[in-house]
Amino acid sequence: MNTPRIFKNGIAAAGLVIILFYIIVIIISYFWLPFDPVAMDSKQILQPPSFSSGHIFGTDEFGRDVLSRIMKGTIVSLVISVSATAFGAVIGVLMGIWAGFLGGRWDNWIMRFADILFSFPSLLLAIFIMAILGEHTYNVVLAIGIVYIPQFARISRGAIYSLKSNEFIRAARSNGADNSYILFRHLLPNIMPPLIVQVSLSLSVAILLESALSFLGLGVQPPDPSWGNMLSSARKVMMFAPWTAVYPGLAIVLLVLGFNLLGDGLRDVLDPRLRNVR
Amino acid sequence: MGRYIIKRLLSIIPVLIGVSLIVFFLVRLIPGTALQMYMGTQVEATPEQMEELRRLFGEDKPVPVLYIEWVGDILRGDFGHSLRTGRPVLPDILSRLPLSLELTLFSLFLALLIGIPLGVISSLHQNTFGDFVNRIGGLLGLSLPQFWLAALMVMAFSNAGGWIPMGNYVGFFDSPLQNLKMLFFPSLAIGIGFAAVVMRYTRNSMLEVLQMDYIRTAKAKGLDRRKVIIFHALKNAILPVITVTGFNAGYLLGGAIVIEEVFALPGMGRLALYAIYQRDYPVIQAIVLVIATLFVLVNLITDLIYAVADPRIRLLDEAR
Repeated sequence: MNTPRIFKNGIAAAGLVIILFYIIVIIISYFWLPFDPVAMDSKQILQPPSFSSGHIFGTDEFGRDVLSRIMKGTIVSLVISVSATAFGAVIGVLMGIWAGFLGGRWDNWIMRFADILFSFPSLLLAIFIMAILGEHTYNVVLAIGIVYIPQFARISRGAIYSLKSNEFIRAARSNGADNSYILFRHLLPNIMPPLIVQVSLSLSVAILLESALSFLGLGVQPPDPSWGNMLSSARKVMMFAPWTAVYPGLAIVLLVLGFNLLGDGLRDVLDPRLRNVR
Repeated sequence: MGRYIIKRLLSIIPVLIGVSLIVFFLVRLIPGTALQMYMGTQVEATPEQMEELRRLFGEDKPVPVLYIEWVGDILRGDFGHSLRTGRPVLPDILSRLPLSLELTLFSLFLALLIGIPLGVISSLHQNTFGDFVNRIGGLLGLSLPQFWLAALMVMAFSNAGGWIPMGNYVGFFDSPLQNLKMLFFPSLAIGIGFAAVVMRYTRNSMLEVLQMDYIRTAKAKGLDRRKVIIFHALKNAILPVITVTGFNAGYLLGGAIVIEEVFALPGMGRLALYAIYQRDYPVIQAIVLVIATLFVLVNLITDLIYAVADPRIRLLDEAR
């Protein structure tokens, strides 16, 4: 009874373990890396993975250690994905609450705006925004964050809207509760479950979007290592040095899978309707 | 039905206006001086390029006037000229659009072909080990970066004779078979993530439908199990899958942009990327507008298909 519900759901727990593993990698990378991730070594160019040389994931076309670069890139990918999701979630949820709570004209305008942002495929919108703002890490956060705004706005608006007319809200109001009390004590806690699930899934998509942008040369710029730009530079050499493309890609897949497992498991745990379907 | 179609058609007009406003004003966020500096590096700007610059950053006219002129030009089929080549943008887009659309449709077909059967099988064996493997496999499919998968395919199959298009793309009307062979792996790379989505929706929707009374009745009548699953259950469970398919067509089109680059396919995505690398804003603007418009139209068609398949939708709408 003492273990939180999330640990009883194997899928969510597996996701948490994976994410924890990456956080540990980030902490380790602050104190120790196998090699200097940006040091070029002309004698070690494109060495295949081997334990004897110490380059267990091999080296890239500049003789840099692939494992060290993956470890160094972890924090880049994670920080971008967390900040972009936070940006999109805060603005989107505020817009959604505003629309759902006030209703009427505000609701109409805000949701039409969300519809219009939704009319752009997410990757295309992110690429477009990057093309306008220019290639910079901050702009990656902004581009992915803007893509997320309509999603969070829709979810929170829908949740608020369906809650608003409930008995317990009316009861609180008749007891003299004002708008902000109802919002913070009654509405927000009740829309958290779908938002938490959405945050987890958004984190996973953000990693994919960031890596795609960096792969196209529109995201994090070299020499800073990010998983996407490692894959981008690996394209030129991957035919005879596959390890330069395989390992950074695996790093992406595993972390994205971690967030997806967490999100999917959380949905089981948090959404009571699904729990009853079983 | 006619009234419903007209109503839905009219409802996309404000959305398209909003889309054009966003595209127009985002491009105007680029500092005009940066652009003039960039034009200064060219030896001599042609009259078309100067005209294009004026259209983009015309300082002699207020912005709302520029917007209305821009929309008017587009409605007459004039999408502007490339800053790099001075050529009109629209013919270039139209010549590359078919390949991107073919990629999108092919990947959609593969995704449904993989996703629906797996979803049905998974729902019939709910909570067994196979179902669990399917669910984890689905999440894994969602976690694969399309471009990485594409790169792995290029590495693995580049020696396999004609499967990987490396700069020798063959059009569908030149040789359909060779064309489809070349587009198989690119389409698979785009579609596999979506196959996972389709599988998950099919599974959940089937699970809901399989609990319905009419399924029990059909089974009790002694109908063949396969008939019950396909004609009674799947026929009704497929509706949410249609919706999610339509709303994700844009995701596939977006995927095509990146995948074309990996496989060196001469589609619209590559045109867009090179325009971005060269800061060719009229081209970028036109492509984004075209893709977003396509996306809005696909969503409209999805809604209409849904209304045909489920009369409740349009009746409810008309009753309102």
